[in-house]
Amino acid sequence: MKRSLPLAMLLALCLAPNARAANEADYKAAFAAAEAASKEATGLRNQWTVTVQALTAAKKAADGGDFDRATAAAKEAEALAKASIFQANTEKEAWKAMEIR
Amino acid sequence: MASSIRVRATSNGDITEVQALIQHPMDTGLVKNPAGELIPAHYIQQLKFEWNGKDVFVADWGTAVSKDPYVKFSFKGAKKGDEIKISWTDNKGGSDTTTAKIA
Amino acid sequence: MKTRTSLLLGSLSAALVAFALTSPRVVAADKVDPVADAKAFQNFFFQKFPDVKHEDFVNGPYSMNADLKRQWQEKEEFPPYEFALDAGKEMFSTPFKNGKTYADCFPNGGIGIRQNYPYFDEKDGKVVTLELALNRCREANGEPPYSYVKDEMASLTAYMAFTSRGKPMDIKIPDDPRALEAFENGKRYFYTRRGQLNFSCASCHVQSPGERIRAEILAPALGILNAMPIYRSEWSGMGTTSRRFVTCNSQTRAVPLEPQSDEYRDVEYYLSYVANGLPISGPGARP
Repeated sequence: MKRSLPLAMLLALCLAPNARAANEADYKAAFAAAEAASKEATGLRNQWTVTVQALTAAKKAADGGDFDRATAAAKEAEALAKASIFQANTEKEAWKAMEIR
Repeated sequence: MASSIRVRATSNGDITEVQALIQHPMDTGLVKNPAGELIPAHYIQQLKFEWNGKDVFVADWGTAVSKDPYVKFSFKGAKKGDEIKISWTDNKGGSDTTTAKIA
Repeated sequence: MKTRTSLLLGSLSAALVAFALTSPRVVAADKVDPVADAKAFQNFFFQKFPDVKHEDFVNGPYSMNADLKRQWQEKEEFPPYEFALDAGKEMFSTPFKNGKTYADCFPNGGIGIRQNYPYFDEKDGKVVTLELALNRCREANGEPPYSYVKDEMASLTAYMAFTSRGKPMDIKIPDDPRALEAFENGKRYFYTRRGQLNFSCASCHVQSPGERIRAEILAPALGILNAMPIYRSEWSGMGTTSRRFVTCNSQTRAVPLEPQSDEYRDVEYYLSYVANGLPISGPGARP
């Protein structure tokens, strides 16, 4: 029982989400990833309006110094962009299911 | 210049049905233009239909009426060939008037 | 943040479900057969709505709801597109600075020809829509092009549509692999889901005509372009086919393409062709 407590604490620390505040470097990395995914979506001609909005929100928050919010928004933008890429790729075949025959 | 008022009046026995389509921006004053400036309110304040010297339909309008308003109503007493007069005034001092024969 | 994540997950899972439901049947999709496609398309709607007269489909939501139809018929005595129509007639006959007119660019002087658009330009290798042809006419005569979505373009196409009212849609697909490809591209665009809301054009206009999306009654896809351009109460003004494609994209939360992009031209080609035989009803009025 006593042995498992420090083990449990160790496990908790490893599994706990990163509790420190985001800094500019985190934001820049997240934004770069989001932008790359966004560009790919645009290239596929399947960009979502919400992706663009999230990127804008990220930049705005960063300009205001709020890197927590900026990083969160950038990560959301990346997720949205990736979802739109997934949509474009799966729809290449999936559209046929909707076709009237 | 062409009238802003298109009107059609048809007689059906004792009842005359009047339809009118008026070209007017009816700006509410709440909408912004592409430059971000408010478009000032510009709307018809009073619309009047007269027959035989009497007002048969009077409307006091505000900004809740949409652009290019369409009005339809019926009234009794007139007959084919009679004339009706339609006029409106707006909040910027603009106005227009026209007449139409009941068909 | 929670709602956004769940919406994201929702759209992801919707995409996955759509993918999973794709039937694994092998379809001989080698040969593009527009004639068969058009027949299947029209029969689908004729059978789904047996009480609707074939030519009534071009009236969009009014063919789906009797009360809405009654209100529309009343307004057609004094239609809201009247001002744009008159303006279009005047614009059409006004010469350019070089003395030529629109009539010089079009067969039959541009009168009664709307039902032939779009057509496939074999020299160009692309689909040419009426809006595109009008701007090309302007530029060929030294005039600046108009915006594709409203105002002058809507007035001009309103007038040209009016001169063709009642004429059956008559789109030709030449025996040219590029034309067949354009048709197929248009068909694919129509059925492809897009935007965060993951809707295709078919989601609303094939799966749910006559039903409501928020407060609007959905129009059937059959003949949906026959009434263009339209005065839309929602817009408090006129809009062209280009305007509708752009706004439809943004309504599904997809970033719209440029008006008269290849995809838009192709989907206009497809939708017009499968409506062949149904009358031109433009310019139209919609809620």
